[in-house]
Amino acid sequence: MTTIPQTTHASRTAGIPSILKTAVINALVALVLFSLMVGIRTEAGSDGQLTYWTRFGELASLVAVVFGGSIVIELLRQWIGPSGAERLVPPAVHTGMAFVGRFLAPALLIFALLVPVIFYNQRYILDLAILVLTYVMLGWGLNVVVGLAGLLDLGYVAFYAVGAYSYALLATNFGWSFWVCLPLAGILAAFWGMLLGFPVLRLRGDYLAIVTLAFGEIIRLVIINWQELTGGPNGVSGIPRPTLLGIPLDNSDDGLAAKLGIEYSPTHRIVFLFYLILAMALLTNWVTIRLRRLPIGRAWEALREDEVACRALGINTTSTKLTAFATGAMFGGFAGAFFATRQGFISPESFTFQESALVLAIVVLGGMGSQLGVALAALTMIGGFELFRGLETYRMLVFGMAMVLIMIWRPRGLIGHRAPTVFLTKAKAISSDLVKEGHG
Amino acid sequence: MSGESILKVDKLTMRFGGIVAVHELSFAAERRKITALIGPNGAGKTTVFNCITGFYKPSGGTIRLTHDDGRQIALERLNDFRIAKQAKVARTFQNIRLFPGMTALENLMVAQHNALMRASGFTFLGLIGVPTYRSAEASAIALATEWLRRVNLLDRADDAAGNLAYGDQRRLEIARAMCTEPALLCLDEPAAGLNARESAALSELLLSIRNELGTSILLIEHDMSVVMEISDHIVVMDHGMKIAQGSPREVRDDPKVIAAYLGTDEEEAIAVMESGS
Repeated sequence: MTTIPQTTHASRTAGIPSILKTAVINALVALVLFSLMVGIRTEAGSDGQLTYWTRFGELASLVAVVFGGSIVIELLRQWIGPSGAERLVPPAVHTGMAFVGRFLAPALLIFALLVPVIFYNQRYILDLAILVLTYVMLGWGLNVVVGLAGLLDLGYVAFYAVGAYSYALLATNFGWSFWVCLPLAGILAAFWGMLLGFPVLRLRGDYLAIVTLAFGEIIRLVIINWQELTGGPNGVSGIPRPTLLGIPLDNSDDGLAAKLGIEYSPTHRIVFLFYLILAMALLTNWVTIRLRRLPIGRAWEALREDEVACRALGINTTSTKLTAFATGAMFGGFAGAFFATRQGFISPESFTFQESALVLAIVVLGGMGSQLGVALAALTMIGGFELFRGLETYRMLVFGMAMVLIMIWRPRGLIGHRAPTVFLTKAKAISSDLVKEGHG
Repeated sequence: MSGESILKVDKLTMRFGGIVAVHELSFAAERRKITALIGPNGAGKTTVFNCITGFYKPSGGTIRLTHDDGRQIALERLNDFRIAKQAKVARTFQNIRLFPGMTALENLMVAQHNALMRASGFTFLGLIGVPTYRSAEASAIALATEWLRRVNLLDRADDAAGNLAYGDQRRLEIARAMCTEPALLCLDEPAAGLNARESAALSELLLSIRNELGTSILLIEHDMSVVMEISDHIVVMDHGMKIAQGSPREVRDDPKVIAAYLGTDEEEAIAVMESGS
């Protein structure tokens, strides 16, 4: 990968005729496409009749651009070599990246711990950081299902919703504290995960994906229509804020600020929320890392690699899949409870399919199964959304392009290789080419 | 003989729609012996295997497994993973089915899943890291290491199974099946694709499994040199029915076998059979 074989030299310098041929074909395709899109402009006239006029000048220049561009791209491709972008990165950068990689996780963790200190006065950044960490946690939760067990779940947002509504309803109706409701939210989400799992886990691959997608929608529709319980489209408002061991973080006399004798600031609560979600995300990470090294985690990964072989080894594949589903759902439920307490208001609009797709994109972009990769991907995706905010209308276009480019550069995600869970002499990273994606 | 047999297949029938793949097949596999199931392509050997190991539910007939302690298990009533878990029947596959993205050692650890699950208190005790689980894991690694040594893959323990050479993958799959500590080991064409030297090493490995560990082996094989060398008992199938059985010598000289197994050209058949002896 790092050495360029000399033998390809001949094949890399294709003749000028072939380059011209490619360019002419591309220009022809462009001509056909643009002749209607650009060459002829139609509009409804003042009386509703069709008026049209031709713009052959623009058409000619577009075709010329495509022609010239094809030649440039062909030349670039020959210069870079057949394997594409991989070659662009010199070996020195590769070793440098490996060096950075080793210290990236601890560095990120230290940075995360210091975020509230560095950006104390920048509410926008703190809010963004909380959002990123929420998605990191969701990504890590879904990673158990998709990355480890290889079950494609398109309805993950359902468990996020179950967690959020569990906390919101228990807290507003019974006045239970956040710390009591948090485990309950996780348990309820896990329960729903199991309930979904039973009928669904007979299915494989695409069918599993479609049914989980449907389940996500069912939960959302139930929330919208069960007005007496959930408030329907109006959502649940007035959800209590979390407390620090029973001490509220507000401006009252028994608030934390008053007790510590410091001046109250709304930022206290934001900082508290930040550390809360950081702790929850790190707990998710710790549990997942430990589970991977336990027999259940190895069975998940084995299931992703080859389900038939698992059965031949006496592994109960149904219960193994169910535990993966339930574990992922539980983390989703925790994240949902946090979301509810942070927002103070939830409605079904927060739990659309787009959320499931976003979390799944984070897992896929990060490299399925890689904890660090998922964290990086969440940072890239959620941070990227904000970064491109200045581009307004073109935001999604640029963002989509960036995603496509990353997936071309790294088809198996940012961190594609797999770390073994146990080793005799030396842990060697396993190339992503060998690791299966799983198909339900 | 019935007291000595670990597996008794009685009138086993398997139909796929209108096609009868196996028709009233009866045979027995003896304890601590190597029984080979041979026959031409499409004779129904793998179907018999899939019935025994629970991947198919037989249309008729019974399959009885008798453990050392006299416990009898009706395999046709158990389904898929329970046969490996409760009846202690392990199998390998005609087209190797390892976990390619996991290391050789991890493959052998997955094979000890059920024992480790119990030791980890169904994950809960393992999650908090109780010492009993740690010692169970250490002994699981020791067993895996022992098997890696036996199949001569100790230096590849930390390599991905998908990166191993073909012959190594075959041996690793046998080691993985043995890590489940089975009473009956079913091997589906273990010598397929191996060269002469690798086949000889395989024969040695299977003989050592039988002699040292006393595991009963049921074997499907096309490589006559392996079958004739290691089998104690051979069952010959054709068109889903048993056409002959007996010791390697008896089977080799049976004209029915020669005709069915290797076509009608008897001279060629004899030549091939003798090359394997």
